[in-house]
Amino acid sequence: MMGALEVTAPAGVPFIDFSREFDAPRDLVFRAWTEPDLLVQWLGPRRLTMIIDEYDVRDGGRWRYVHRDSDGTEYGFHGVFHGTPRPEGMVQTFEFEGAPGHVSLDSVVLEDLGGRTRVRGRSVHQSVEARDAMVQSGMEGGLREGFDRLDEVLGSLRSRVT
Amino acid sequence: MSTDQLSTVFGALADPTRRAILARLADGDASVRDLTAPFRVSQPAISRHLKVLEQAGLISRSRRATIRLSHLEGEPLRDATAWLARYREFWDQSFERLDDLLARIQDTEREGNA
Repeated sequence: MMGALEVTAPAGVPFIDFSREFDAPRDLVFRAWTEPDLLVQWLGPRRLTMIIDEYDVRDGGRWRYVHRDSDGTEYGFHGVFHGTPRPEGMVQTFEFEGAPGHVSLDSVVLEDLGGRTRVRGRSVHQSVEARDAMVQSGMEGGLREGFDRLDEVLGSLRSRVT
Repeated sequence: MSTDQLSTVFGALADPTRRAILARLADGDASVRDLTAPFRVSQPAISRHLKVLEQAGLISRSRRATIRLSHLEGEPLRDATAWLARYREFWDQSFERLDDLLARIQDTEREGNA
């Protein structure tokens, strides 16, 4: 049983939140999130190869990885863990090396559902504008209004329009 | 969909009455009279809301005899969600792989215990 991914970008605050349920116990999901040899097997779309430079899972530990696409183009990311990463909470900075200086603070919480696990994530960007720039896939302009409302509407309409 | 159109869609969605109208239309086409009934607003006010929704492309209106029916259009809502689509896709694809990985590990553990 796979859970449905929920992604929201509420209006007026520079957050992106996601939530997803997994059919596995929490300690296993935590391992998949923190052990480099497991992480490379799932983080990112299949067409990208993930190469981990370092993944030092402890308070102050640095991480860096690269996603490489089929024509050899590389996308590097790095950051630092803040606080000891635990299933109850993993906090880290996240920076795309293609946009240096735009750092988000990412936190992930694994909720124990008894054999199943709900993962909740939040990325906090430096401003609403920075967030919008991050997720804007080729669209320009002020789209800052109405995202939470859109979600509310979509909640009631989902069965109709998707 | 252009940014201007997208802004119009978000503008139309910014009003609670208009969102409620869309939710009502998800259950089927409705006349202005049907749509006015649940709200404490006048029929002309509802008509104005319908005009905004129509301009945003969120609804279309047709005439059956003397009744004007409003119909929900799904396309602009789908376009509006495209904003987050790339981000969502990244995680969706990652998490499908994670589902597979978690299942494989649990299968191996079960075999090991058998």
